[in-house]
Amino acid sequence: MTRWVMIADLRRCVGCQTCTAACKHANATPPEVQWRRVLDMEVGQYPEVKRVFVPVGCMHCADPPCMHVCPSTATRQRADGIVTIDYDLCIGCSYCAVACPYQARYKTDTASFAYGDAPMENEAAMFDPKRLAVATKCTFCSDRVDAGLARGFKPGVDPEATPACVNSCIASALHFGDKEDPRSNVSKLLDENEHFRMHEELGTDPGFYYLWDKTVKEGYERGGEGK
Amino acid sequence: MSYGPRPWMQLHWDVRAALNFIFGGTGCGFILFSAFVPLSPRLAQVALLLGLALVAAGLTAVWMEIGRKLRAVHVFFNPMTSWMTRESFVAVLLFASGLAAAWSGSARLAVVTALVAVGFIYCQGRILRASKGIPAWREPTITWLVFWTALAEGAGLFLIFSALAGMSMPAAVAGGLALAVVARALAWSVYRRRVDAALVPKARAAFEPAGKQLYQLGAIVPLALMLTGGVIESFTTAAAVLAGIAALATGWRFKFVLVTRAAYNQGFALPRVPVRGGK
Repeated sequence: MTRWVMIADLRRCVGCQTCTAACKHANATPPEVQWRRVLDMEVGQYPEVKRVFVPVGCMHCADPPCMHVCPSTATRQRADGIVTIDYDLCIGCSYCAVACPYQARYKTDTASFAYGDAPMENEAAMFDPKRLAVATKCTFCSDRVDAGLARGFKPGVDPEATPACVNSCIASALHFGDKEDPRSNVSKLLDENEHFRMHEELGTDPGFYYLWDKTVKEGYERGGEGK
Repeated sequence: MSYGPRPWMQLHWDVRAALNFIFGGTGCGFILFSAFVPLSPRLAQVALLLGLALVAAGLTAVWMEIGRKLRAVHVFFNPMTSWMTRESFVAVLLFASGLAAAWSGSARLAVVTALVAVGFIYCQGRILRASKGIPAWREPTITWLVFWTALAEGAGLFLIFSALAGMSMPAAVAGGLALAVVARALAWSVYRRRVDAALVPKARAAFEPAGKQLYQLGAIVPLALMLTGGVIESFTTAAAVLAGIAALATGWRFKFVLVTRAAYNQGFALPRVPVRGGK
């Protein structure tokens, strides 16, 4: 089995928003819709305050509440874990949007473009009236992943089969891969680093991991070399 | 502890969604009481149709909110897991049995309709409970709060209906209202205690006045009015109407606040802070 997951290394993300721009370009999302967002968070208590940049979006949960509540079966889950929306089935009731603990879903009722009424070239090429008045969200660039796989590329390794946000990341903070493959890039990263998932207490089993420190192995000290 | 982007009010469901909970709950509560109170055939028919009309008004309001209105029939596609789908199926049953009961005058069908109405109220509670993105909704006791609120509203409306129809205050409904407003206040108390830690200050502030009213105007006042009406005969009808209005209005306000004012998400949180650099 395959489970595609994404990893954000919080130590590396610089908050440049290139992933946000790449996602908007690849998916031609309208203004105010950001399937890949980067939060600028201030964490800690004075004087131990840090600024952290946190990429967020659809977490492609293994147990997605959005799918369970969807009355039209528009929201589904693929065998590889990617949560999808069938725009032809969705009725735009927004139940999924209030069920999502990550505020990852959007609904826009009318067409709008980045610069006034006329779409840019990529917006015109990608404009899809089916996406109006229905729920939309990050797809993990599933079309790109599928097309890449069909051509023999490896998601997370080859850019041709990797989501746009991961490809664009200037700091190698974002990673994509198969968590079920113990030799994959993401499995290694999760093995070598301390990580968490957001709002894990809600039991949705999100497929988006955040790295925050190196794993402390026996005989090693945090941040130092092995003894 | 994080101080990142703070939780914000959900803007996906507005007053149109709130109206479904308001009218749906009141209509079903009203149907429930109308099925168990002896009424003339004509009044029983009017009561059933009024209850169904309220439910229909709520469903119409929420239909106005969906993005693709002509696809509304798709709402029936996921009975396996979606409480919205289940509510829709129950609504079909409710209208089928309710209209049949009104047309035939069958008391048995009216009772069946009342039981289906209870199912409708339960579905509405579960719709909110399944909304994991909204802490004020996902608290499990919301189901009971929605249930007792609907019953209090239904009983309140039935008292007003009885007065308008020239009936004396039905003891069963007066007792039902007393039970419902007390149960609603208790359900609110339990819910409020359990949900408190998950609420942001703004949600708490939005809840506070509406919740207080469930105690004061929504429970104490109706009970006092009905007690007074029971003692002073000339005041009985007026007391019943006022008690009904108080129970109804406080329930409606509470649901409006629950859906459109206290429905903050939980924002984002970092349980760990990134460790940058080395020694």
